[in-house]
Amino acid sequence: MIDQIPALETLFRFQWEEAQQAYVLLYPEGMVKLNGPAGEVLSMVDGQRTTQEIIHLLNEKYPDAGGVDNDVMEFMKEAQSQHWIRWIES
Amino acid sequence: MSGSCTTKPTPPQTHGAPFWLLAELTYRCPLQCPYCSNPKDFAGYTNRELTTDQWISVFEQARKLGAVQLGFSGGEPLVRQDLSKLISAARGMGYYTNLITSGVGLNETKIESFKKAGLDHIQVSFQASDESVNNMLAGSHKAFQQKLAMAKEVKANGYPMVLNFVTHRHNIDKIDRIIELCIELQADYVELATCQYYGWAFENRQSLMPTKAQLERAEAITNQYREKLIQEKNPMKLIFVTPDYYEERPKACMNGWGQIFLTVAPDGQALPCHSARMLPIEYPNVLDHSLEYIWNESPGFNKFRGYSWMKEPCASCDEKEKDFGGCRCQAYMLTGEAENTDPVCAKSPEHKQIIAARNEAELPVQNKFIYRNERNSKDYVTENNLLIATDSSLDE
Repeated sequence: MIDQIPALETLFRFQWEEAQQAYVLLYPEGMVKLNGPAGEVLSMVDGQRTTQEIIHLLNEKYPDAGGVDNDVMEFMKEAQSQHWIRWIES
Repeated sequence: MSGSCTTKPTPPQTHGAPFWLLAELTYRCPLQCPYCSNPKDFAGYTNRELTTDQWISVFEQARKLGAVQLGFSGGEPLVRQDLSKLISAARGMGYYTNLITSGVGLNETKIESFKKAGLDHIQVSFQASDESVNNMLAGSHKAFQQKLAMAKEVKANGYPMVLNFVTHRHNIDKIDRIIELCIELQADYVELATCQYYGWAFENRQSLMPTKAQLERAEAITNQYREKLIQEKNPMKLIFVTPDYYEERPKACMNGWGQIFLTVAPDGQALPCHSARMLPIEYPNVLDHSLEYIWNESPGFNKFRGYSWMKEPCASCDEKEKDFGGCRCQAYMLTGEAENTDPVCAKSPEHKQIIAARNEAELPVQNKFIYRNERNSKDYVTENNLLIATDSSLDE
């Protein structure tokens, strides 16, 4: 998983929602409001970066977080089981 | 917060933002479904449709109030020649755009141009899995083949696809065929929605309502398919909507009056739900007021917010925060007063009407369908006009 590239499933659209002050996933007739960390991770998912690269970028952005590696891996598992993301290659 | 000074007092929170904006672009439609949710007297409004710019202004105002989901509906929204322009404007504002269509009037060129305009999703509605039943219900001979072709085209263009089947006594026994068809068409979501008996469907209730046994069988088959889909790792989701006529407690209709839903009718009338036009309430029109006023201040939208409007048995009921007393339209249709408890509730003194309707569903079909078309609608317009004429002559 760590060397793989996550991409957003085509069913979903990801955007910042001003009224909610949160990142959201939009799908036919519905919306998932993401919490802060989940939104941060998904905002890095662009169909080009590997999970490893995303972890690296987030660790650079939040040096005081003490390493986000496990959190990102957990989230990716969850996101895949929710069909929010798919893996495009290794 | 004590000691802090605010410039104006904050009123108690009675409602959220209009998350969902349903734009009923037109009442015109090539089909004649006998369960259509449009008002029975729609023929009285067909010559007054908002212009392109007026719609775009509605979208802008609603987006500022926090609307995210936008549904283009009708009638048949495809009859509006400016649909591409409206989609493009709405998408540019950040809406998730949904086209809710019968598929009649759709073609490859339109599907592609809507995609370019930024349309997110197309929902195609079917009347049945079987050509003859579909055509009988839609009042059209070519509808079914056209819908199939368009569903395939929607998928080929990379849209997520929601298929909507309105189920009733004529097609619910073929639910396995319906689900198989959806699997074949590779739908993402399938709504198996039993008719809700408002407007035209209320007039045709006895000819539409399935029996309890039909309903239970259909739900059991749906559950079997859900397991099968999981086993086959097919992400298609089946959404089964039961008619509230077989419940003992009412639905929390629209999540509460004026809570998350805002409908704008073709002529600009703003409504808390697409059925609410039938209620004897003066609703604001987007041509006369800002949406900000309409949503937050107008008497029409505040009419059934909170709990103080409730009568017994709702007012003292410990479940009122769960279902808000059910549906105001259903209360009005069945009891003559919108403030009454929705008769679906077993605590309502009028629950017997629901039980009578269940019993009627056990009988063979009694009447021919009243199809939703301009000619039949005009009968209801006349009826209304006569009532108004009678009222005013009494005043004099």
